[in-house]
Amino acid sequence: MAESPARLNVTSHKDIAVVEFTENKILDEMSVSEIERALTTLLEAKERPKILLDFANVDHLTSAALGMLININNRIKQQNGQLRLANIRPQIMEVFMITKLNRLFRILGTRAEALGNFE
Amino acid sequence: MEGHRLSDHLRFIIPSDFHEGRAIQRRIMEEVEKHHFNEDAVFAIKLALEEALINAIKHGNKLDKHKKVRIQCRVTDQEAEIIIEDEGPGFDRSSVPDPTTEENIERLHGRGILLMEAYMHLIEWSNRGRKVRMVRRNDPPGADNRGSAA
Repeated sequence: MAESPARLNVTSHKDIAVVEFTENKILDEMSVSEIERALTTLLEAKERPKILLDFANVDHLTSAALGMLININNRIKQQNGQLRLANIRPQIMEVFMITKLNRLFRILGTRAEALGNFE
Repeated sequence: MEGHRLSDHLRFIIPSDFHEGRAIQRRIMEEVEKHHFNEDAVFAIKLALEEALINAIKHGNKLDKHKKVRIQCRVTDQEAEIIIEDEGPGFDRSSVPDPTTEENIERLHGRGILLMEAYMHLIEWSNRGRKVRMVRRNDPPGADNRGSAA
């Protein structure tokens, strides 16, 4: 298992990196930048990265975090990888729906469902 | 941070600094919690407040610490009113592109105003976009179709 970057707890399930946010808020520009750097390190480590983002601990996020997720999603696609989001609370899911980003990301209910959704 | 209370109003003047903005956000959310807002309203106010502060500090004042952000807040059991004003060049709300269209959906920025307007019951722009007034009522969950309500 790779050393976990700050703000993220990373485990492996076969060839999938399962990423949990360690903080309940993806708030300010600084934390968003740190998270983005950590995720970039992860996706650059594999040729065709498979990453699952588990939002179980997240009860608040900002539009800056959404932009970061879009950027990560694009980077993963460029590497022919896959990204899945899981365990998003209803209030956070509503943010995705208001911004229509629920159509951009592959969002599953549980971690198990997300793990089973990778191709 | 300068701040004082005038009757039910809280007023603050801060430099354009995210840490200062975070302190204001905490202070205002303490006030909201004291008035027992429902969970959806708390989420809505926290999100809209964060977005408005980031807009003022980063997009309005361009992180210039010599430029101030003025915040007023009035919280009752019925509603929270927040007014935020920056010293930037202002902007035209009508010129902000819709971030939900197909051509804009993958843009990395530009969703803050959409979220503010989705989660607050009232939002008004003035002083050429430098000032925003937002109100969120403490309605029971499901009472309307605003964000974070059924």
